[in-house]
Amino acid sequence: MSQWVIQGLRTGIKTTAYPREQESAAGVSPGRPIATELPEQDAESLSARCPTGALKNSREHLSVDFRRCIHCFRCARENSVSVRWEPGYEWAFMAGNNARGSGCLPRTFERSVHILVVDAGDCGACLNEVKQLNNPYYNFHRLGFFFTPSPRHADVLLVVGALAEQMRKPLQMAYDAMPAPKRVVAVGSCALTGGIFGPSFACAGAVSKLLPVDVEVPGNPPPPLAILHGLLLLTGRKASSFLDHDPAEQARFKLSKAS
Amino acid sequence: MALKLEQILKEASFARPVEPQIRWEDAARRVAQLECHSSALAELCGLLFSHCHLSFGGLIVEERAGFELRYVFYGDNDTPWIYVLARVGSAEQRVPSVSRFVHGADWHEREAEDLFGLIFEGHPRLGNFVLHDDVWPEGVAPMRKSFPACALDTHREKSRGWKPRRIVEADGAFVMPVGPFFSVATEPVHFVLETVGEDVIRAQPRLFYTYRGLEKIAEGRRAQDVVLLAERISATSAFAHSLAFCQAVEQIWKVEVPPRARALRVFFAELERLRHHVAAIEGICESTSFAVAAAQAAILQEDLLRICGSLSGHRYLFGLNAIGGLTLNPDDRMLRRAAAQVRQVAERLALLERMLNTSSSFLDRLEEVGVVRTQDAIDFGMVGPVGRASAVSRDLRKVQPYCGYDELDFETPYEPEGDGYARLRVFFKESFQSAQLIGAVAETVPKGSSRTDQAVVSPGAALGWVEAPAGAALHWIRLSEGGTVERYRIITPSFANWHAFRLAAENFAFQDFPIILATFALSVHENDR
Ligand code: SF4
Repeated sequence: MSQWVIQGLRTGIKTTAYPREQESAAGVSPGRPIATELPEQDAESLSARCPTGALKNSREHLSVDFRRCIHCFRCARENSVSVRWEPGYEWAFMAGNNARGSGCLPRTFERSVHILVVDAGDCGACLNEVKQLNNPYYNFHRLGFFFTPSPRHADVLLVVGALAEQMRKPLQMAYDAMPAPKRVVAVGSCALTGGIFGPSFACAGAVSKLLPVDVEVPGNPPPPLAILHGLLLLTGRKASSFLDHDPAEQARFKLSKAS
Repeated sequence: MALKLEQILKEASFARPVEPQIRWEDAARRVAQLECHSSALAELCGLLFSHCHLSFGGLIVEERAGFELRYVFYGDNDTPWIYVLARVGSAEQRVPSVSRFVHGADWHEREAEDLFGLIFEGHPRLGNFVLHDDVWPEGVAPMRKSFPACALDTHREKSRGWKPRRIVEADGAFVMPVGPFFSVATEPVHFVLETVGEDVIRAQPRLFYTYRGLEKIAEGRRAQDVVLLAERISATSAFAHSLAFCQAVEQIWKVEVPPRARALRVFFAELERLRHHVAAIEGICESTSFAVAAAQAAILQEDLLRICGSLSGHRYLFGLNAIGGLTLNPDDRMLRRAAAQVRQVAERLALLERMLNTSSSFLDRLEEVGVVRTQDAIDFGMVGPVGRASAVSRDLRKVQPYCGYDELDFETPYEPEGDGYARLRVFFKESFQSAQLIGAVAETVPKGSSRTDQAVVSPGAALGWVEAPAGAALHWIRLSEGGTVERYRIITPSFANWHAFRLAAENFAFQDFPIILATFALSVHENDR
């Protein structure tokens, strides 16, 4: 058995410095498209390429509703023009504006949050990225987050997937079985908008159609650090993604940056 | 050895005078279609399966002025794809079941019964399969053309309940329901485990909780957009499935994929296989609560995700495959750098294997546990590494080469024992082989572009296939004049292996159940679609 201890020591510490510092390793995030100033015509042609309607041509610039984006890269590759692509992963935001969300968890939860993960019909990418939070690179235990298999012990319901019809009942039952106070984190563009799957006869297309969502983490899939950002946001330890998903907000942000 | 199809058919004596018609679909004789009357189906399929030792790929049902049923078979090198085709009138809706002769067809028929409303006569168990009885009312057949894919909420049934079916009758017998959430961050599946004490006597999975109706929602979309759906069948095999889809469309549209794109496709497909297998190894370590080893494997998985991410922009290789090639053309230097990183991962993986092989407490949990005998694996049509651990080694990269796999030097590994340890060893061996193939491709990749937009957009149907990380994946596509999808049938390896899973789980102790499950490395998403 000693060989394992030695190997463990030889491996050294792999854990990211995030949230203390930003993580800069290659390949931790796919990045994302952001609002871009473009001539009318180019903006029009790019928005026509987007399969989910995430791109809108709104005068002088192309706005991005990142909640809808499925990372197909069509707006970034193989065209004469492309959208601006921003690295990073702090994408989560409070869904509080929709009046149903109930804000951050109380401070007592800061160092001990138990999370039930429910896959409500995704492709497995979001689920796998959620799982990575447990691996030595992200090791989210150090920040006081724990997975639990039981809704009775859960403070947070983390939902991935486009709300498949046959997952509605199990998901609702899990939510009902959780003690208050409880929060819902929706992870991935499918859980936010249905992504490429919904809405259809088989998928309702958004978790918020069934449950009150508190934090949304867009991305297809959002990388582990984006999900971690969502959890830190929920416990009041990180600020919301400042580039709001609302196209009007984006326009305002764009202007203030320019001036 | 070439299959003498004509001769075999001549010599076979059918109970009824039904002459199956052979039609070669192409000049190269790579696809043979045997059309027969539905009354001869079972016998003919049985003949191909047991007498000719072909593998049953899957059942493709299409609704086109009545129903067309294609039973797909494939064999060793030089054997063509064989489609057994039967037509059924739209009024009839009854087909004799072939699952008596070809057990692998069992679940395919149950699926078609649920989704198309066809009745398979003589099938012992129909209904409540893809569409759960407690969610959908009787008589819904979503794959029918008349069913609108966007029909929201019209079908949800409030009252019908569901109770697990019990089979075991004995003193003290009880049912242990497990799932759909049963551990941390698992894919949703429910198990009905019946037991009289220590051992699991019967293990029936209840799947399709994440049924997203992909085959249906693809209909009417442009082929270019359905690539995105194919990627999202299962993220752990995104590149493999999008490749199968693209290759089918490329056949129909007569697209000549540039040589560099073909080589790059091998590169990425093997990278994905490596990541899939490392995740499987991690799962096996985790299931035995061997946290230190699981952590070592987890590090390697994340390393591979990052290699994918920095090379292709996406950690799961989304947005990479396109009809006609790849959307990216990484230069040779990048490829070689990635291959060098992969080699390092493989070295660390080899170290992990050596250490696991000397950890007897770990091996004790795998050896002679969850055994699947070769004949059972053949009967159930098991595929991929899990099948190869029971000495069923047919590999589509070998028997129906694509993307230039026939020019690469590799042997498909297999193990005869069929237990959990054999499966672990196959995962390791294939991982090393993938790493080696990645290295070979990085050295020899031809120059040039990675995509062509030359295509003859035309209607037609074709089969695309790949050896996905979990095994044989077949995609049947029918395109319209305008390039939209009319029918998309997705046959996945996990579907076949889930069917066979109970073979391994039954008659072993409860505490072995999660370990056996992990050694199968099954994907629920790939199964459910
Ligand atoms: S990457 Fe996102 S925004 Fe760009 S075209 Fe694809 S879905 Fe639309």
